Amino acid sequence: MLEIRDLVCGYGHVTALKGLTIEVREGQLVALVGANGAGKSTTLRAISGLVPARSGTIRFRGRDIAGVEPRAILAEGIAHCPEGRRVFPQMSVSENLAMGAYLRRDRAGIAADLERIYGEFPRLAERRDQAAGTLSGGEQQMLAIGRALMGRPKLVLFDEPSLGLAPNIVERMFAVIRAICDAGTTVLLVEQNAFAALELCDYAYLLETGRTVLAGRGHALIADPHVREAYLGG
Amino acid sequence: MSRLLPLALLAALVALPLALGPSPYLLNALIVTGILTIGALSLNLLLGFTGQLSLGHIAFFGIGAYVSALTSLGFEVDLGFGYRIVHEPWPAAVGFGLATLAAGACGWLIGRLSFRVRGAYFVIVTISFAEVVRLVALNWVELTQGPLALTGIPAITLGLPGIGTWTLRTKLQNYYLVLAVGTLCWLVVARLVGSRFGRAMRGLKENESLALSVGINATRTLTVAAVISAAMAGAAGSLYAHYLRIIDPDVFAFTTTVSMVIMVVAGGKGTLMGPVVGGLIFGLLPVALRPVMAPEAQWIVYGLVLIVILFVMPRGIVPGLADLVRRRPARPAPVLEPSPVVQR
Repeated sequence: MLEIRDLVCGYGHVTALKGLTIEVREGQLVALVGANGAGKSTTLRAISGLVPARSGTIRFRGRDIAGVEPRAILAEGIAHCPEGRRVFPQMSVSENLAMGAYLRRDRAGIAADLERIYGEFPRLAERRDQAAGTLSGGEQQMLAIGRALMGRPKLVLFDEPSLGLAPNIVERMFAVIRAICDAGTTVLLVEQNAFAALELCDYAYLLETGRTVLAGRGHALIADPHVREAYLGG
Repeated sequence: MSRLLPLALLAALVALPLALGPSPYLLNALIVTGILTIGALSLNLLLGFTGQLSLGHIAFFGIGAYVSALTSLGFEVDLGFGYRIVHEPWPAAVGFGLATLAAGACGWLIGRLSFRVRGAYFVIVTISFAEVVRLVALNWVELTQGPLALTGIPAITLGLPGIGTWTLRTKLQNYYLVLAVGTLCWLVVARLVGSRFGRAMRGLKENESLALSVGINATRTLTVAAVISAAMAGAAGSLYAHYLRIIDPDVFAFTTTVSMVIMVVAGGKGTLMGPVVGGLIFGLLPVALRPVMAPEAQWIVYGLVLIVILFVMPRGIVPGLADLVRRRPARPAPVLEPSPVVQR
């Protein structure tokens, strides 16, 4: 579904990705793990068109999307759930969800998807008229996930979804991401919490300084001595 | 309640002249305040809902005033190379429409020029633009009469086919015209803010990178907001020209932009009622103070009122009062409690 070959990109003089090659198959949950600065978030930003590719190709469903505008990539069916400030704090929960469907014009479909997401996240339904900034961290992350789904994406990019969340919430959030994948949406997940991500995923890539150094099924990577030593604490 | 409040205020404003009786002084103050409040409404669309500060907002107002005046007065200018433009006077109502369009077009130009970079650049471009337009109005004497002012601007004539026409010469008529246009502008802003386009504007202000990631076209959204805002300011300028019947380059005074910013910020930027409340308070404060103190003291009080408002209610009067109302049932009278920090 998504094929990245020899991707090079960066910010100014810094080259963040130095020839990255990964593949995401339809229906898979693929994880990118690695240390800070390995280029995980940059990979997602490059796929979304937020960082221009200097060389290499990014093919999505057979079409090269390197150099395409972010909006057009979104319209192709790739939703990005960025890290950090995840919601529009002063907008209500329902407005935040509506933002996820910004490029869609089918009112009936949007309304149906909204109800479906409220069904899956009852907490959001209870708080639909509340400002998103007043939600807890976990609720805000659920809202961000719900917003990404409102665009009916074929592929969702999750950037550090566990960042700043309480451990029990993190567990639930990973379960939600797994459920999204099992429901038929392909997922590319970036996580610092390497163990959880490797446990969750179908396939994983280990990134070091802008390159893919290891690839394999999640459990294979967990068993790898290098991964154990460098990322899982021995 | 949030629906009833604007309606109650509108009813009060409709009834106000009846209560005041025939006082031309007070009516004049209300009309000028109303026109400035429309300017504040338009500024709030940009400053409050997109977060972009237009410090040259008066340019759109002044362009509206001049376009409307020149359209209804007619003019004859020599462009050089033997080209002359002769314009015969058109009805003032047409001038009003053209003023709105011309100001909107300028808003588009400024938006296209500055919204690729935004923020401080937009502030600088708008200030410069206002200054350039003021200098043109001052020095292109053949067109604008420069400091000699455009005089004898006709009053607006409204007509309904088959019923009759009215030329709005009296203050009372102008008061209701300003109130009608102001209400219309308020409704436009209210509808816009709740729409898909409004969510795009607010999204850009609250979290730009997230807004881009959901597919919002930042440059286009901000430019459209600037066009609508500028067009409203132009409409206000046109009302001003046809009410005063005389305008000179002083309509481009920077202090008027500052007044509008004060009205928006003190009333509550990013709220629908903020500019109206701020506009009425700061528009009418000088009128209230004039009988009781010397002019120098008036401005000191004006400044003090502003400082106190922003100290007690940093987000403005409307959000401040809303917080008080919301908190009352839980805890009684938290009078001097610091207002909540704006969430970022």
